[in-house]
Amino acid sequence: MSQHIVSVRSYVMVFLALIGLTALTVGVAFVNLGAMNTVVALVIATIKMLLVMLIFMHVKYSSRLTKLAILAAFFWLALLLTFTLSDYFTRHWTPTPTDWGSSISAPAPREK
Amino acid sequence: MSEAASGHPRYLQHHFADMDQQNESGTFGMWVFLLTEIMFFGGIFAAYAIYRSMYLPAFEFGSRLLDIKLGATNTAVLIGSSLTMVLAVHAAQTGRRKALVFYLLLTMALGTAFLGIKSYEYFHKWENFLVPGLRFAPTVALPAGVTVQNLQLFFCFYFFMTALHALHMIIGLGIMTVLTVMASRGRFSPEYYVPIEVSGLYWHFVDIVWIFLFPLLYLIGGRY
Repeated sequence: MSQHIVSVRSYVMVFLALIGLTALTVGVAFVNLGAMNTVVALVIATIKMLLVMLIFMHVKYSSRLTKLAILAAFFWLALLLTFTLSDYFTRHWTPTPTDWGSSISAPAPREK
Repeated sequence: MSEAASGHPRYLQHHFADMDQQNESGTFGMWVFLLTEIMFFGGIFAAYAIYRSMYLPAFEFGSRLLDIKLGATNTAVLIGSSLTMVLAVHAAQTGRRKALVFYLLLTMALGTAFLGIKSYEYFHKWENFLVPGLRFAPTVALPAGVTVQNLQLFFCFYFFMTALHALHMIIGLGIMTVLTVMASRGRFSPEYYVPIEVSGLYWHFVDIVWIFLFPLLYLIGGRY
């Protein structure tokens, strides 16, 4: 419940952790990890988000209703991202049949 | 109706059974609003992911044109403003009016500092002809595989995402101005501080959006 009082000490510890993670993510950006650079950056951002949500936004002490609603939001966000990206990222997996072009009359080239 | 006659404190609205129910409704209402905001920003993040995968060289090159020092500084400033915001909530919970006003003002100062640094970055982009639509003619040599159009698309995303984030912060500053006036007039107490709590939720949400914008825009462009 929102009446729960978190200690100043906990808030300061979370703040220091967030600053530390920011320094870490900036440092990692200058190291070549290939495709893992993006993964590491997003994992650190997610940890920072969880710290802010659980302690600063008091989700840890919230009612089950609030927690369930937040989980539902992330579920819908996952649907949005998964279905949109699975479309765009797999379009080139199956080649376009070669005879498709011949059955459609191409627009005549514009004359100059 | 007077407090004595109605039998409940003046800050308890008559359609709620008790303060617990009122507090729960207030914070839950704010969360429902924030859930719509998650979907709102989620769509933009999805669009960013799609175009980044389509024009990866341009997006990585564009990312390296951003100032990582200013971006990291702004991240720290915003995290600091989140700390002062929770300290404001803490001050309200423990009934310290002066501390509450002080932390609200400090949060506003840090938020304003963020916007100041952001506008300096915008100005820098303007000077370097990197503002899409208005003034876009990069003076830097473009590497192979990067066209002016694709680079312009990256800066469209950069300006749209950061400006939308900045707009949320400006609205937050407006809310906090009202809260500061209310707090200095003694409108909040350990029994009634839900406006501080829900405004804090909003402010932290805006912080979280930046926590994702910072790596996506500034960090994953291959700076090594």
